[in-house]
Amino acid sequence: MAEERIVGIDLGTTNSLVAYMDGGVPVVIPGEDGDRLVPSVVAVGSDGITVGNAARKTLITSPESAVYSAKRLMGRGIEDVQDELKLFPFQLAADLKPGEVLRLSLGGREFTPPEISALVLQQLKKNAERFFMGSAVTKAVITVPAYFNDAQRQATRDAGRIAGLEVLRLVNEPTAAALAYGLDRNKDGVIAVYDFGGGTFDVSILKLHEGIFEVIATNGDTHLGGDDIDNLMIAIALHDIRGDMGMDVAANGEAVQGIRKAVIDAKIALSSQEAAQLDVALPAEFGGKRYLREITRQQFEQLAGPVIERTVVPCKQALKDAGLTAAQIDEVVLVGGSTRIPRVRALVDELFDLTARGKKPHTELNPDEVVALGAAVQAHILAGGSKATEDMLLLDVTPLSLGIEALGGVVAQIINRNSTIPASATEHFTTGVDGQTNVAIHVVQGERELAKDCRSLARFDLKGIPPMTAGIPRIEVKFLIDANGILHVSAREQRSGKQAEIEVKPTYGLTDEQVEAMILSSFDNAEADLAARQLIEARNEAENILTLVEKARTNPAWQQLTAEEIAIIDNKVTALEAVIKETDYSAIREGIDGLDQATRRYAELSMDSAVSSAIKGETMTSAGNKLGEGPTAPHPIAKAEMIS
Amino acid sequence: MNIPDYFAFFDLPRKLVIDTALLEKLFYSKSRQLHPDRFAGKPQAEQDAALEQSSLLNDAWRTLKDPIGRTEYLLSLEGMQLEDQSRNATDAARAAGKEKQQIVPPELLEEVFELNMQLEEMKMAREAGADDPELKQQLLAARNNFESQMAGLQTELESLWQKWDAAIDANDNAAQNTIKQKLADLLNKRSYIRNLVRDVNSALE
Repeated sequence: MAEERIVGIDLGTTNSLVAYMDGGVPVVIPGEDGDRLVPSVVAVGSDGITVGNAARKTLITSPESAVYSAKRLMGRGIEDVQDELKLFPFQLAADLKPGEVLRLSLGGREFTPPEISALVLQQLKKNAERFFMGSAVTKAVITVPAYFNDAQRQATRDAGRIAGLEVLRLVNEPTAAALAYGLDRNKDGVIAVYDFGGGTFDVSILKLHEGIFEVIATNGDTHLGGDDIDNLMIAIALHDIRGDMGMDVAANGEAVQGIRKAVIDAKIALSSQEAAQLDVALPAEFGGKRYLREITRQQFEQLAGPVIERTVVPCKQALKDAGLTAAQIDEVVLVGGSTRIPRVRALVDELFDLTARGKKPHTELNPDEVVALGAAVQAHILAGGSKATEDMLLLDVTPLSLGIEALGGVVAQIINRNSTIPASATEHFTTGVDGQTNVAIHVVQGERELAKDCRSLARFDLKGIPPMTAGIPRIEVKFLIDANGILHVSAREQRSGKQAEIEVKPTYGLTDEQVEAMILSSFDNAEADLAARQLIEARNEAENILTLVEKARTNPAWQQLTAEEIAIIDNKVTALEAVIKETDYSAIREGIDGLDQATRRYAELSMDSAVSSAIKGETMTSAGNKLGEGPTAPHPIAKAEMIS
Repeated sequence: MNIPDYFAFFDLPRKLVIDTALLEKLFYSKSRQLHPDRFAGKPQAEQDAALEQSSLLNDAWRTLKDPIGRTEYLLSLEGMQLEDQSRNATDAARAAGKEKQQIVPPELLEEVFELNMQLEEMKMAREAGADDPELKQQLLAARNNFESQMAGLQTELESLWQKWDAAIDANDNAAQNTIKQKLADLLNKRSYIRNLVRDVNSALE
């Protein structure tokens, strides 16, 4: 195969896609199963890691070993995901501290959000390599929500590196969509891209001029998407089930995931139908009952309305920042699965005054695919382009103002939002005490006046300042936001000409060393990694069975065992306890099998006496433990029908 | 202090009346040459240079396209110290460990004194939970007054821009120095009044 292809990747909250330019046309690359969308779901099981549709099955059968919507956690710390934790079954590592990169506990292992995303990226990479008949894919353009801050962008780039991809550019999702549309319509004008996806909302206003796509303003909400509508519907279903059947299934991961799947199906159906059925078979431990109800579109719209309305303020702000009125927008492009909802379309029509002006929003390109297609176009431009893209150039902006914490905790803004990137600013600092050799600088991102209300990006220590009288050193610090929207900082002491050292402590980011280590653990040490995983899983299994046996001792069925049988069990328990801390996988495995054999008759007895719940209860999953109830009553949906 | 010369970057004379359509055209054509996207496959050194040059281009475009930003920038390029954003004033305030205070333009002293009294009364009335319609009217009147002063300043600024450009054409250094001083005073006054309007608005909210 000739030159290496650069792919375009849409790393979405719900689904991810990979695309490339085939001649002058961007094309989505399907997976082995023929699906073009790879669900952004990762499952870690005893048979290894699965991604996409395969993992989605695990989400239903064994929710504690699968994770979805991990994009919501990218570049964030424990203190800012509290809302997320109430609504999503994320299992965080128990020893997390504020300020640390999040770690998720999944199938007995721990993963940071960039590692989860890397697994999704790796799957897309594999799909592309398979599609290109085995030729390697190592370079990519990856899209991010336009309103992603520095930490979220860095986390995405880290995910690419961990997956073995050189990330040539991070492109904003709405801008990518504009590129995909711009390919075959060489028209100048002002367009608005309304991008309402699974987890994020963005709006961007662009000026098109002879192939230049200049973003004038962007706004959004990185925690607003179809997921939020799903969560409202799930909360209502749980509320119904609790109220009408007296059963609290909120803590049962399997039940919640079953409901989640049903509400998503209903939501999709309601975009084309006036009513949809929710029909969920609850797990066996709930007596084989079903949850059944009808939802009309009107009820759905009443419920989802407030979520959808939250897109209004960012749209108005973007127009204001662009210095434009709705009437000055020539075209509107709809992106993201949530724009299929008729209520969303009506809102867009109203916001941009479309029907009144005889206009329609653009939906010709599949809203699920258009971002990936645009990423492929940008990848092609970066690869040197061709006739199809030779005049195209993307000029994007930084979505959030960059500032420095000044005296009194006030933010001094140094690069305003909606500045074209790359952009830079130079600031000067001095010392406040004689002989001071360090100066601490706190960089924040956001629009609020006080630093504590903005997003902390990093704290820098300018070190190695030559000792001088207070106020004499003059340290010049250059802040530069690159074309990916990522900040770089350099500093120089001007009076001595000495390069001041900068120590960057990214507030929620991984260090280069950590990223390197993750790359190694997922590639070079793939075998050692597998062995380590097997060991961890065996240990978990051993601990489970030991706990079960301890509990069993109080079970009536235990009394029916002979003294000899109990002695054998005790013997096997001691043997397993002796090897559990060792690193010998097969010894632990042997110990588990031995104890399993010895307790077989007990298991039969307990089944016979229909007291299986002791065992079942223990192995039962608790993925839903952290799932909050979300808003419940009052809600517009009528009481459910219960069928037992 | 070495400030990059944005005018020179665009091959423009240091004039204050700029045809923004022309500036935009220059910005687009330079973007096509310098944007990092054009250097993705090039050696690292070239990529670094593109990043440097395109950030300079964007900084220049952002600064020069806005007439006020352009004026402030020209004055700092000419070595003037604007009270509002002067680096020295900021540094001095930082070194002294206090927030920077703006100097009241002398001709505004009386009005500012009265306004501050009204703002204080408004604050007290609000804390007491009282509504004082008369005070509100006074503040609205003050806002109108300051807003019309802003409009007047704009006209004055525009005429100074033209005088500056003429002085550049005539290579008249003495005139340039006089105009620079007037521009600096006007900008200080403008930023002062803008802050007053903001204070009144937040008091009326």
